[in-house]
Amino acid sequence: MNLFTIAWKSILQRRLASCLTALSIGLGVMLMVLVLVIFGAVDSAFTQRSVGYDLIIGPKGSDLQLVLSAVYRMQPPIENLPYLYLDQIRRDRRVISAVPLAFGDVTEIGAFPIVGTTTEYFENEYMPGQSFRIRGTRISALFDAIIGAEVARENGWDVGSRFSIIHGGAESEDVHDEQFTVVAVLDTTGTANDRTVFLNLDGFYAIDGHEKPIDEVEKRLRDFYAADTERLSLAMNQLQEYRSRASGNPENAPAGGVKTYNSPDAMKEVTAILVRTRPETPFDAISLSAELQKGFQAMAVNPVRPIQRLMTGLLGNIQKALVVLTAIIILVSGVGIFVSIYNSMADRRREIGIMRALGAGRHHVFGIVLAESALLCLGGAIAGWLAGHGLAVATAPWVIRQTGLLINPWSMNTLEFVLFPVVGGLAVLVGFLPAMTAYRTNVADALSS
Amino acid sequence: MSLLLEHIRKSYRQPEGGSLPVLGIERFEIVQGEQVALLGASGGGKTTLLNIISGILTPDSGRVVIDNRDLAAMPEVVRDRYRAAKVGIVFQTFNLLPAFSALENVMLGMAFSGRGVDRAFARQLLERVGLGHRLQHSPRRLSVGEQQRVAVARALANKPVLLLADEPTANVDPKNQQLVLDLIRETCRDHNVSLLMVTHSLEVAGAFQRIDRMQDFNHPELCVRGQAI
Repeated sequence: MNLFTIAWKSILQRRLASCLTALSIGLGVMLMVLVLVIFGAVDSAFTQRSVGYDLIIGPKGSDLQLVLSAVYRMQPPIENLPYLYLDQIRRDRRVISAVPLAFGDVTEIGAFPIVGTTTEYFENEYMPGQSFRIRGTRISALFDAIIGAEVARENGWDVGSRFSIIHGGAESEDVHDEQFTVVAVLDTTGTANDRTVFLNLDGFYAIDGHEKPIDEVEKRLRDFYAADTERLSLAMNQLQEYRSRASGNPENAPAGGVKTYNSPDAMKEVTAILVRTRPETPFDAISLSAELQKGFQAMAVNPVRPIQRLMTGLLGNIQKALVVLTAIIILVSGVGIFVSIYNSMADRRREIGIMRALGAGRHHVFGIVLAESALLCLGGAIAGWLAGHGLAVATAPWVIRQTGLLINPWSMNTLEFVLFPVVGGLAVLVGFLPAMTAYRTNVADALSS
Repeated sequence: MSLLLEHIRKSYRQPEGGSLPVLGIERFEIVQGEQVALLGASGGGKTTLLNIISGILTPDSGRVVIDNRDLAAMPEVVRDRYRAAKVGIVFQTFNLLPAFSALENVMLGMAFSGRGVDRAFARQLLERVGLGHRLQHSPRRLSVGEQQRVAVARALANKPVLLLADEPTANVDPKNQQLVLDLIRETCRDHNVSLLMVTHSLEVAGAFQRIDRMQDFNHPELCVRGQAI
């Protein structure tokens, strides 16, 4: 029988009050753990998964919006780039891979984002050292589709499933006539790819309604290549030729525009281009980024930087605020424990007197009260820690379904390692005054009370 | 073991000022294995005397000598250790801790002695007082007589040389009074423990060979205005 056993017995004697005070600490710790787990998942999602490519090229605008739309599919695209620009990027000697993305539509069921791309997208690593694993066949037909693991799970789709897509976004009711067939399902990647439906880029262009009026395309090309007369001239030639061809064949020129899958490259657009440069020359990405932005209506963004800015700025501050808030909850709970133990001291005066009469020294009764405080605080903290991670385990599938955020419920944040020593310190702090009361108890008075 | 009290003076400070003399003992002695009944009226300083002998209180002056060591001169921490190791106390109100079982109450007596907890001996003591079947019972589930028997077992847990019993039968029904008294006396005899039992009951004191009356050797008037003389 040691001081902790005696303290534990004392806790059991006032089990309801003890449970409630420990619970308050536990709730504080549980909230903190949840905040850390969620922000850990957000942090991991936004800082690690986007680095499969060195640059993302898109129209000029918000770099954050470009990254969020192209990599995380969380924002609408800014605008489009001419397909000819993709060719230009691909020909650059510094570029080893340039993958086009065209998006803006969603699935009719589940409103999952649609991305038109090429097979190269699946050949590249989506994260350093992480390659796609695909169950099914490669895209070959125009309206073939590859779906992410979460899309398959949530919509109950598998290879062979057929589906429709909505033009524009979930709020639109404009369902395209084309039916797409799932030819492959991606294994879970823990990225936005899990919640994405990939179409053949040519198929994407072939969807009725994706065509733009030729005059609008011409205007956009003139704006884009304003400073590059050579490329503008090439694009205009293609348009002129196509305009002549279309005017001779009404099938190819429906009212208001031209079917783009038969169209020249000048008629096509991409929403973003994912670029990988040569790994042996890391400055390529920087020089390419600086160079591309001269004269063209495009920007090249390092996918990590805007996200880091977001994380350290807005999200980082929110996380700090929540951690501080939960720390205050823990502190207040600590005060609750102090009040509970301190109030119990009057009732326990005789108990302390008896122990002193049995030979307990002042240091013994001091230690017993402190041990009681430590057991309540640390017990509550351990329970709260388990509850926090337990809740994360229980809700992880739901969170993944709702947000696509891959939660590792047992991931440990460095703060969690600090948490227990801090709670231990808190226990000493809140237990000190009651322990001193026990220490100073007059034995003869306590026994005669 | 021998206990010797010499020139003991003790006064209490009163709330309205001044002091109340309680003890004025020139000499009081108990030899090893002796059993003494101490008769005295309520408020006569009996409990104060027991507290001084056990080291819970210190006298204003005088010596409390046990085995040639002056308890009154010891620092508090040493007195605590001495009390845990050498003195067993049986209280009038038993003073068992309700959070602990009968066995744990006895082991609690061992926890502070610095010699470790001997579970087997605690069990043996409870069996000796006839509570072998009540080891895990909480004090609340024990009868008054059983509670006092647990208190006796706890007082003997550290194999003390001196057992101090403060009106141990006062709260026990007449049927159990003699049982408790016999138990304390027999156990002390078996373990060669000196016994000082404080009581106001002539009937209880009548069982002892040596009966001392407080008023015969305690003269609080020896303390003048709260100052030891």
